Amino acid sequence: MAACRVSPVPPLQWFGATYVELFRNAPLSVLMLLFVFGLTKAGVGPYSFFASAIVVLSIYTSAFLAETFRAGINTVAAGQAEAARAIGLTFPQTLGIVVFPQALRTVVGPIGNLFIALIKNSSIASVISVLELSKRSNLLIDQQGVSPIPVFLGAAVAYLILTLPSGFLVGYVERKVSIKR
Amino acid sequence: MADEALVVLQGVNKWFGDLHVLRDIDLTIDRGEVVVVIGPSGSGKSTLCRVINRLEPIQKGTITIDGVALPEEGKELARLRADVGMVFQSFNLFAHKTVLQNVTLGPIKVRKTSKAQAADQAMTLLERVGIADKAKRYPAELSGGQQQRVAIARALAMDPKVMLFDEPTSALDPEMIKEVLDVMLDLAQDAGMTMVVVTHEMGFARSAARRVVFMDQGAIVEIASPEQFFSNPESERAQDFLSKILAH
Repeated sequence: MAACRVSPVPPLQWFGATYVELFRNAPLSVLMLLFVFGLTKAGVGPYSFFASAIVVLSIYTSAFLAETFRAGINTVAAGQAEAARAIGLTFPQTLGIVVFPQALRTVVGPIGNLFIALIKNSSIASVISVLELSKRSNLLIDQQGVSPIPVFLGAAVAYLILTLPSGFLVGYVERKVSIKR
Repeated sequence: MADEALVVLQGVNKWFGDLHVLRDIDLTIDRGEVVVVIGPSGSGKSTLCRVINRLEPIQKGTITIDGVALPEEGKELARLRADVGMVFQSFNLFAHKTVLQNVTLGPIKVRKTSKAQAADQAMTLLERVGIADKAKRYPAELSGGQQQRVAIARALAMDPKVMLFDEPTSALDPEMIKEVLDVMLDLAQDAGMTMVVVTHEMGFARSAARRVVFMDQGAIVEIASPEQFFSNPESERAQDFLSKILAH
């Protein structure tokens, strides 16, 4: 998607821009409901709620990823791409060999943020009745009469168990790629 | 070396928006010839250099390299660019690659040379520009003059038909200019490379150029041998320009 947005081909640019603007500006819960009920209505599916949640989360997060990558690509000096073209690399080679690897360095941190947001966004899947962490917590409270505060504290810890290692992993990758300067 | 046209520009015009940056440029560069382009800033001399490998597209006119007209952006243009070496004012070495990788990248990815052969050839070139001991370093660890010499080796690794130099010494400290000019001089005189050099180095123009092209306001004002141009320029604008830069 990011490659579309920086490509010299206008239709690809439009496609990239439309995709990004559509999916990053629509609320995640609306996208999920649309995907599940809209597709069923259109005669496609129905897919399992769990699979639907994964597809929608991927589409949604990829829109943000594309924008992050684009920002990273823009931080790579224009001269780098010019030099690549000057030795005869094609546009895809220029992006893949020269621009992306350098862009990646600047966006490792923001991508980590997106990844963590993705984990937490999974809580939205409850609107299409996927039994994820938040939904389970609610069920415990509603049906079993467990007191809410310990349950939500437990849920918070469970999210942390997923997100903290992601954060550490990002920090590790960031140190690793930044050595070669 | 036969006097055979290698790069031919005919009626080349270029605009940046309303700004007419190249006006009716006609220029033929022969095989093995060294042409130095000089002129005041904003005269279009850098742009002239950049349109030859179509880093900048032109709006009117034709450019041919070794008889082949420059194609539109795409695979064919990439292939043609591989035959045209370019050295930039700001070096533009690939920051995430070592010196050796910078030089071998083109041969491996474009010419499909084997890694071992590309590395051998790269080391020979790095020795020639006097920087073989830095092969494993990253560009940021090198001085400007060293980086520019690597950039020259990177361009030479493609075995180009012609080399374009876009103000190669303008971003360098004075004591590093000589090391880069020496490499260029060696290339011009010993290797017989066809070169188009945009520069403010009048000493280089005197000793290496066969012809000096003087540009002003997007047009070629005068083309002459260096002896004639520096001692007895025909045009008033060239006289004015020389009196300003040679006053000290």
